Amino acid sequence: MQEERRVISVIVANEASALSRISGLFSARGYNVVSLTVAPIPESDYSRLTIVTVGSVRVIEQITKQLHKLIPVLRVSDTQEMIEKEMVLTKFPITEDLNNISVLANAYNGKIVNVGTDTIIVMIADEPKRVEHFLTAIRRYHPLEIVRGGTVAVDR
Amino acid sequence: MQISGAQMVIEALIAENVTTVFGYPGGAIMNVYDEIYKQEGFEHILTRHEQAAIHAAEGYAKVTGKVGVAMITSGPGFTNAVTGLADAYMDSIPLVVISGQVPMSLIGTDAFQEIDAVGISRACTKHNYLVTDAKDLPRILKEAFYIAASGRPGPVHVDIPKDVTAQIEEFVYPENVDIPTYKPTVKGNKRQIKKAVEAIAEAKRPLFYLGGGVINSNAAEEVRAFVKQTGIPAVETFMARGTLRYDDPLLISMLGMHGSYAANMAMSETDLVIALGARFDDRVTGKLSEFAKHAGIIHVDIDPASISKLVNADYPIVGDVKGVVAEMIELAKEQVDPKRYLPWLETVDHFDKLHPLRYIEDTDRIKPQWVIERVGELLGDDANISTDVGQHQMWTAQFYPFTRPRQWVSSGGLGTMGFGFPAALGVKRGAMDKISINFTGDGSILMNIQELMTAVEKKLPVINIILNNNYLGMVRQWQTLFYNKRHSETDLSMQPDFVMLAESFGGVGYRVSTKEEFDAALKDAVEKNVVAIIDVKVERLENVLPMVPSGGSLFNMMLLENKES
Ligand SMILES: Cc1ncc(C[n+]2csc(CCOP(=O)(O)OP(=O)(O)O)c2C)c(N)n1
Repeated sequence: MQEERRVISVIVANEASALSRISGLFSARGYNVVSLTVAPIPESDYSRLTIVTVGSVRVIEQITKQLHKLIPVLRVSDTQEMIEKEMVLTKFPITEDLNNISVLANAYNGKIVNVGTDTIIVMIADEPKRVEHFLTAIRRYHPLEIVRGGTVAVDR
Repeated sequence: MQISGAQMVIEALIAENVTTVFGYPGGAIMNVYDEIYKQEGFEHILTRHEQAAIHAAEGYAKVTGKVGVAMITSGPGFTNAVTGLADAYMDSIPLVVISGQVPMSLIGTDAFQEIDAVGISRACTKHNYLVTDAKDLPRILKEAFYIAASGRPGPVHVDIPKDVTAQIEEFVYPENVDIPTYKPTVKGNKRQIKKAVEAIAEAKRPLFYLGGGVINSNAAEEVRAFVKQTGIPAVETFMARGTLRYDDPLLISMLGMHGSYAANMAMSETDLVIALGARFDDRVTGKLSEFAKHAGIIHVDIDPASISKLVNADYPIVGDVKGVVAEMIELAKEQVDPKRYLPWLETVDHFDKLHPLRYIEDTDRIKPQWVIERVGELLGDDANISTDVGQHQMWTAQFYPFTRPRQWVSSGGLGTMGFGFPAALGVKRGAMDKISINFTGDGSILMNIQELMTAVEKKLPVINIILNNNYLGMVRQWQTLFYNKRHSETDLSMQPDFVMLAESFGGVGYRVSTKEEFDAALKDAVEKNVVAIIDVKVERLENVLPMVPSGGSLFNMMLLENKES
């Protein structure tokens, strides 16, 4: 069956074990996790998780149903109408071409956020597909470290 | 009222009208046991193993329809109970299991008898709690009972550190539960129900596929009425035995791996499956791509995740079977004409005549199926029936004449050897007016034999009938059929003396090798009303037939007629 990538947004009560319940569900049932981000929703008793997963339509449907079955889960949405962004931090040697790096970062909604004696750090925030392009483009500047933040998404 | 966390546990149980608790004490739960010593609000039954405490609570819950309650200590007490939790989870049995935990200050230090109990039970419970403050205890216990019993039922585990059971706080037991994130859908969608009934009215060869959810939702009465009204034949899953009376003319019997030829053929030929509280388990469907190939599917289930999980439902209805069927009955009055299905009933009847469920009698040795039929003849409706796991379990599901829901208690989803006897104890406690029979195997009975002590002490006269084939029979059968008779580690020629074993615990033992001896032993055990083991020497090499080899299609059965010997 055709595999597809899907972003699932989950709103879950703030309790110590909520995250392990969700990650446990994925591991126990053999679902894929591409990325998972979580943070409290301001001024509420809930947190939002954004899960990027890959699977057949049937598997994705099971994932949303099984997530919903967890007692602390308030809402699960997996519409394909999501605005997605991912943040990436990248460290380069200061000896690389800083001008080009800066222009590149600009093109991907980012900039240089730190300059040290040996390295500089660049931040970008963009759609997951564009993030992939960025990561390909920067290869020639010999990045020392790449930290991806995982996708966050919101319904359109 | 200012009371300790331990007292809160007791107060909550009383508030929930719990009359029976099964358990086993230990260090971390001692504060609670100290309160149990003082009170008279409920009976505590000390099993001799934690696994048995959970199974007993399961049997009790099954037979009474109430939430079963068990109590255990931390560490090994908890890990012993895990099999029971998993068993209850797989069979959707409502339980509240309370465990002690090491004090909060020691959690995470690998303290004596510490184990991450909620970490372990997460995978085999509907929900669980680690209580970190006695202030939360009343709410959590209230929620635990509610979650266990509502929606798709299941076990809920509450882990309470020792210092929390000692903590003194104000106690007010909540009247209501308010969990904003948990609102099971009980009422089925009206439009979908209407469409489903229209589909039934238009079908030519519809078939009811009744699952354990019918029993869990106490819907057997409605389902019986619906089947009768529509004149549509029905097959039951293993878990649903007793939904229809064994002699109901529309019941075709059990389907699945060891279902009857007629049931499996009906499922293969139907044009509309009406699945009620059934989950399309692989032991039922066989090869999925061949399952009910020509049929539309109506699927009613309280658990949305069960619907279209394995087989796509054309008419998915999320809701409680009882209410949904009641609505269907009203609509079907106008629309469904039973006469329409008469030719289909003839076809089904033909299947049944072609290969009825039966076994071949033997004059020398007792056939295990005979024993089950015989108990049915002699006790019938007067007995509640539990089993362990193996061939004896399948024969019981095939041959016992069940007359009512909750008469049948067996481990379906997990298939837990050692389940039968402790479950039968709980069944007996829950229904003292019925005889409690446990059909077991010479392998299974040894897995929780220590419960003889509990049964004798608490005067719970369970009659264990061992269908003794000196084999781990079910595994031996697979070895015979699929491993060229290489009977690796399944020969149980070496056995304890089950009669002496029963008697050493203060029960009564009977050794039986003829039919007359069997009748006499059963009569005696029933009359004396004692804890008993009846050790019946049966034909060693009998196979459970028919059989759909694992992963095969339902219509491709190994039948009695062409069995290997
Ligand atoms: C705890 C556990 N261990 C192993 C099994 C695998 N198993 C399934 S049936 C069976 C044989 C059961 O033998 P017995 O209790 O003598 O019953 P019989 O099949 O002979 O009727 C075994 C070992 C199981 N179901 N449960």
